[in-house]
Amino acid sequence: MRAGWSGAVLLLWALLALVVPWLPLQPEQISLPAILQPPGAHHWLGADDLGRPVLDRLLMGARTSFWVACWVVGLSVLAGTLIGTAAAYFGGLWDRALVLIIDIFMAFPGILLAIALAGLLGPGITNLVFALTLVGWVGYARLARAQVLSVKHREHIVAAEALGTRAPRILAWHLLPLISAPLVVEATFGVAAVVIAESGLSFLGLGVQPPDASWGSMIRDGVRYLLVAPHLVLAPGCALFLVVLSVNLLGDRLRDRLDVRSIARSAP
Amino acid sequence: MPAYLISRLFMAVWVIFGVTTLVFFLIHWVPGDPVEVMLGESASAADRELLRQALGLDRPVLQQWLSFLAGVLRFDLGDSLYHQQPVAELLQARYAATAELAVTALVIAVLIAVPMGILAAARQGSVWDLGAMGFSLLGVSIPNFWLGPLLVMVFSLALGWFPVSGRSGVASVVLPAITLGTSMAAVLSRMIRSSLLEVLGEDFVRTARAKGLSTYRVLIRHGLRNAWLPVLTLLGMQLGALLGGAVVTETVFNWPGVGSLLIESIQRRDYPVVQGCVLLISLTYVVVNLLTDLLYSWIDPRIRLERQ
Repeated sequence: MRAGWSGAVLLLWALLALVVPWLPLQPEQISLPAILQPPGAHHWLGADDLGRPVLDRLLMGARTSFWVACWVVGLSVLAGTLIGTAAAYFGGLWDRALVLIIDIFMAFPGILLAIALAGLLGPGITNLVFALTLVGWVGYARLARAQVLSVKHREHIVAAEALGTRAPRILAWHLLPLISAPLVVEATFGVAAVVIAESGLSFLGLGVQPPDASWGSMIRDGVRYLLVAPHLVLAPGCALFLVVLSVNLLGDRLRDRLDVRSIARSAP
Repeated sequence: MPAYLISRLFMAVWVIFGVTTLVFFLIHWVPGDPVEVMLGESASAADRELLRQALGLDRPVLQQWLSFLAGVLRFDLGDSLYHQQPVAELLQARYAATAELAVTALVIAVLIAVPMGILAAARQGSVWDLGAMGFSLLGVSIPNFWLGPLLVMVFSLALGWFPVSGRSGVASVVLPAITLGTSMAAVLSRMIRSSLLEVLGEDFVRTARAKGLSTYRVLIRHGLRNAWLPVLTLLGMQLGALLGGAVVTETVFNWPGVGSLLIESIQRRDYPVVQGCVLLISLTYVVVNLLTDLLYSWIDPRIRLERQ
């Protein structure tokens, strides 16, 4: 049952993010009589400080967080896996350089770097994706590297090498399937982290710029009207919380299903 | 032990150097001219050039980098472009507030997480366990910048118990510290539970039970003493993460710490202060982790001996 509703939330999130451009929304429609209107028949979730409908902006925010999460996690997993597997498989100087880089990034709160980067690059969605990816790939690289190190001496890989298989083919066909389970679990939790990070940076004014909507910037704008219009903070916050909670539940279930910990432990 | 100590110290120095360099070059490569920001668009070219020379921004980047590194070694981080005041002074004024917030949050987190984690492990599968793990899941899923306003809504606006924002008196630290401590308590209680469960499955615990020791004694003396080592490492890492997360919480509550200084300085394009804030937060993070590591090896002889 738990699986049901968290899956439903995520499905809804993705679906809405995809169809939003074709919905008749008016997220930028300023309407003076509607300013700070509470939820009602006309505006289901009320209106914000400029009289814009909160529901429409919420849906635009869903689109923002969905695409940022897709891009950041996609790029981070791709770059991290490529770099991590290659470094671990070939070893040598590149591997040592990677370890040094990983050590720096791990000894350093990533969100701080993302804040500094996003702030210095200037606000905007592209810079946000860039900043979060630059911070995000390291975790996947570390995981991929550790996994490859633990399986690269298995018989089937030695056999493939003996048969003269080229390295890219070994990496893609013989190593990647073995190490993908922990990466999938990590990427799932990564989606939750990126959704929070995107909203957090937008909350700080470093992400999405007006008039575009992000759940984080909606909360930021709403905080000023906590007393008179709490729905401005409650609506985007609930959406954000539900999505993150659902992703975390999904991650927990995937971890149990794929039995990631025991895989990691049985590795020599 | 000395060899381990030295390698650990070397690592810490390397990380600080790496972070310093990274931050310096990032700031110099990104678009946006601080001189333009300071003087506004109507300033004459001659004025801009004068200011650029005064700030040393006309020199080659490599030279600026070397003098920046030399400055860091002397705790001289340059002057703020906005406040006309040494960065070190600004940081000093803000650091106590951040430390107060982080330590209070840490204490709150430990007070929540330790009993909860122990209870969850001792009564595995019970309602208590489910409740604790439910809390843990909620705690990691609720972002600071939403929990903060929610707490303000209930405890400041509706009940009037605590101030909405700012730093004045003991009461004002409560809400920011709870905001910051909740996610940490969530992670920590989960860790305590799983670590304790692992230890409780060991043979010596069965022996202790077979000897007829009380449940309490088995749990605390035999279980917890062995279980809290990994928890300690996490605690160190979390305190660092706390300092990073403090940026958001400080902004929510207008808390005058290093984090809100960072955000203010980013908005003003006050590069030296941004540099200083990032440097100070990461330095704290590295030092805390170093101390945790050393403490860890001091407490657990297995680690000390293994690394000799």
